Amino acid sequence: MTTAPGRAAGVLLGFLPFAVALAALAVLQPLLPPTATIVLINVGVNVVLAVSLNVVNGFTGQFSLGHAGFMAVGAYTSAKITLAFADVQLAFLPEAVSDQLVFAVALAASMAVTGLAGFVVGMPSLRLRGDYLAIVTLGFGEIIRSIIENVAWLGGALGLSGLPRRTNVVWIGISAVATVIMARRLAGSTQGRALFAIREDEVAAEAMGVDTTGYKVRAFAISAAYAGLAGALSAHLIQLATPGSYGFIRSMEVVVMVVLGGLGSITGSVIAAALLTISLEGLRGFQEYRMVVYALLLVVLMLTRPQGILGSRELWDLWRRPRPPANPPLASTGEDGNGEGAA
Amino acid sequence: MRPTRALALFAAALSLAACEKKQSPQAPQAAAAAPTASVGDVIVLGHVGSLTGNEATFGDSTDKGLQLAIEEANARGGVKGKRLELKRYDDQGKPEEAAVAATRLVVNDRASILVGEVASRRSLAMAPIADEHKVPMISPASTNPKVTMDGDRVRPYVFRVCFIDPFQGTVMARFARETLKLSRVAVLRDVGNDYSVGLADYFLTKFKELGGTIVDDQSYKAGDQDFKAQLTAMKGKKPEGIYVPGYYTDVALIARQARELGLRQPLMGGDGWDSAKLFEIGGRALDGCYYSNHYSPDDPSPRIQEFVGRYKAKFGAVPDTMAALGFDAGLIAVDAMTRATDLSGPAIRDAIAATKDYPGVTGVITLDAAHNAAKPAVVLAIQNGAARWVATVAPDASAAPAPVPAPAK
Amino acid sequence: MTELLQHLVNGLSLGTIYALIALGYTMVYGVLKLINFAHGDVYMAGGFAGYYVAGAIGAGDRPSVLKAVVVTLGAMILSGLLGLAIERAAYRPLRASPRLTALITAIGVSFLLEYGFQLQPIAWLGVPFPPGPSPRFFPDLLELGPPFELAGVSVSKIDVIGFAVAILLMLGLQFIVYRTRLGKAMRAVSFDPRVAGLMGIPVDRVIAWTFFLGSALAAAAAIISASRMPRIDPLFGLMPGLKAFVAAVLGGIGSVPGAMAGGLLLGLTEEYVAGYTVSSFRDAIAFTVLILVLLVRPQGLFGRTTVEKV
Repeated sequence: MTTAPGRAAGVLLGFLPFAVALAALAVLQPLLPPTATIVLINVGVNVVLAVSLNVVNGFTGQFSLGHAGFMAVGAYTSAKITLAFADVQLAFLPEAVSDQLVFAVALAASMAVTGLAGFVVGMPSLRLRGDYLAIVTLGFGEIIRSIIENVAWLGGALGLSGLPRRTNVVWIGISAVATVIMARRLAGSTQGRALFAIREDEVAAEAMGVDTTGYKVRAFAISAAYAGLAGALSAHLIQLATPGSYGFIRSMEVVVMVVLGGLGSITGSVIAAALLTISLEGLRGFQEYRMVVYALLLVVLMLTRPQGILGSRELWDLWRRPRPPANPPLASTGEDGNGEGAA
Repeated sequence: MRPTRALALFAAALSLAACEKKQSPQAPQAAAAAPTASVGDVIVLGHVGSLTGNEATFGDSTDKGLQLAIEEANARGGVKGKRLELKRYDDQGKPEEAAVAATRLVVNDRASILVGEVASRRSLAMAPIADEHKVPMISPASTNPKVTMDGDRVRPYVFRVCFIDPFQGTVMARFARETLKLSRVAVLRDVGNDYSVGLADYFLTKFKELGGTIVDDQSYKAGDQDFKAQLTAMKGKKPEGIYVPGYYTDVALIARQARELGLRQPLMGGDGWDSAKLFEIGGRALDGCYYSNHYSPDDPSPRIQEFVGRYKAKFGAVPDTMAALGFDAGLIAVDAMTRATDLSGPAIRDAIAATKDYPGVTGVITLDAAHNAAKPAVVLAIQNGAARWVATVAPDASAAPAPVPAPAK
Repeated sequence: MTELLQHLVNGLSLGTIYALIALGYTMVYGVLKLINFAHGDVYMAGGFAGYYVAGAIGAGDRPSVLKAVVVTLGAMILSGLLGLAIERAAYRPLRASPRLTALITAIGVSFLLEYGFQLQPIAWLGVPFPPGPSPRFFPDLLELGPPFELAGVSVSKIDVIGFAVAILLMLGLQFIVYRTRLGKAMRAVSFDPRVAGLMGIPVDRVIAWTFFLGSALAAAAAIISASRMPRIDPLFGLMPGLKAFVAAVLGGIGSVPGAMAGGLLLGLTEEYVAGYTVSSFRDAIAFTVLILVLLVRPQGLFGRTTVEKV
């Protein structure tokens, strides 16, 4: 099926299950109680965050603690766009369509801008190793927040309010699915292999001719772009973008999700994100204990099962047809000795 | 390959999203209309406050004031024969949590009225939810104008029982210039706090308008511990007074460090100073300082003294401003619900908007077209570790231009 | 000119605090090659330990030199014990694990301390522990009176005392590290832990002592800091901890004199930049310094470039 129309048909066919699912979501949306909708949307946002962070922390083995800073960039970019078009609508389209189109553009723009920010931040930072990278990314996150607070055009400390409520279950569904697809395709691609190589042994990878800094920066930029998407979605849920919401603590929450799910496991991140978001809602009465529980969870997890729930395996591996590995398995990697991430 | 795929996804999504009606407003409205005609014989008053975190005394005091107001109302037989119940959620000082808490109160707990928040940025997070679900919201102490105004449109369901920052900043500016006769003042604002920034700006404008000079404008972030760099820079410009419109936790330290650096000028501030902790941490460094506030517990008027006495009896402490404002917010809520034709959101909202000359503890409350209360401010002086009333400043017609009222939705 | 000198005084007193905390970071990194994220929170715990001891002996009501010493030593010992406990429970089991795991654990411990201290006080304990999120007032341990005025520069007495105590402690540490057997053992372990173990050095014990000393110094820093800026709350160690880490990196992580120099330098830089330019970027200054150092001279002022052999 390598002819153009054949391939096009193949792509469209691949879309079919998603199209059906989205249609189902669109129908379901008004029937859900509002608090359930909010929880679902938050789950989706956290899934996007966790999976995108996994690309850097899990696939590439670099430790980034500045994810919330990129959320902020995405949130503010999209906010500026939707606010600019708040009272404007495209003449030839009905209002609802015009609004959605504006939102789509806002999301795309926020991804682009944040990706660029990720590139800018990554370039100097990714020459550093492990612990230093963690602190530097944390620092950048704080610098981004500092800048936002001091710039009046971005609303300063008050932030940007009055954002239209555009996020809904459909958009979240699309975003979450897009993120997971991105991660999976990345894992199965040449870039993905390079990232895993860097994770396993950076010096050896460099010696093998892998442009480590280049790949790391690119992974960082992609991860940042999706964090920006999450930020934009979350800002248009609470209709507010404040610098205070995107601090170090938010970054840490995402780190906990990724670590809990298993560094390097996409489905692990999805499961952990869903688990933690839902239990957070359930534990709302015990708010003050939440962070203590997170912290204990982290420590206990590291002491007993540092590979998290799924390690670097994937849920969809259960359905994989067994086939002989193309290369002999690498000696000591992850859980199942299979150098390929998820194929 | 990836970008094309992503674009294709978006295109597909658009065609689907386009078929979708404007989601949020319709669904919750249908749900909200019935429940606010209260469940059984209990009316729920929802309070969103920062009960933990750096500004914990604000939320805590407000809550206590509310509790007192509700207790009194219930003792008088409740509202329309129904008992009042206070349900509170802690937002930990975060705007997102305030939004979620407000939603929970409205949807899960079926609150008929929301009270909150003290900080303007958290009130801003709550405001769209009040409007969307048509549940009236009364902010006890948010002073930033944006809380009741969305651009130049008045938010239909949001009210406040306090004055706004354009007025408060002016009060202190006039006091500094006319009473203290200062001509050179430096400003130290909390750049991470919209309240502080707003107040500083209004003060600045009025002070300059009255002929004074602003010799320096420094900033800090809430939670900073060391302010000596900023204070030293200010010292060099020789101010006669320093305006510090921040929250009590930082102001206390600023005062101490200013004195350590040899700055003996009076410090001035706003209602964010009002907390017992200010005196506990600031100690004698605060002597000779002034701040604007909503009320003073020394006011000899019988209404206030009765409130102070009852609050002391129940909670064992002298009520601070937040407690008084919480109390007034509760009273206004109860009064409005009593006057309202029924207990649906729009009816209560109309009753609140019609509040006129209500004798609150923090002053006589009349809500204007912009849903704000035009009330006098008091100026308190600090001496020997305690605040004492010095002056009352009535609302002045030139304080802020009246906004064009939007047709109620 | 007075402004310049005043900034100098401010910067030095700020810098000594960073230096004392940085020493803990650098020593632990030296022996374990681990950035102890929780160190800033051990500093915070030290401050609260001092608060509780002061409350127990009534140091706030009737201050005296003896009580001040008791409070400081008490805080140092309690903090040291906390450091020991953390090392034993969270870091020792992970000595053979990848660095990332230990790093994540350190972050977890840091959060545990920060949020654990923010819980509301347990009713049946005699003392209000955990202290809860609201800030508390740290009592004046000594009656000191108004600040000195020298040539228009205000130097508060607590700054002078704090500076003196800090110098004393740093000299003490220098003595321990370079003139005692324990110190020699610490240096040996930081050079190569496996070989040090083969040479008969009790590596576990040495590491434990390292944590004890580092944490004790952090507590001393906290007492000095709390005496100057008497507001303590569970999150007050976060920023100083991060900045002290930057100071340690600036001076060369693993180097004791480097941590001291880095701390003072960072304090002065922060003070001058905040004083003469936009003060709202104060915290960002430290991170900018870090990024610059790591890009330009990653080994810091006193560090050696390590060659990684593969």
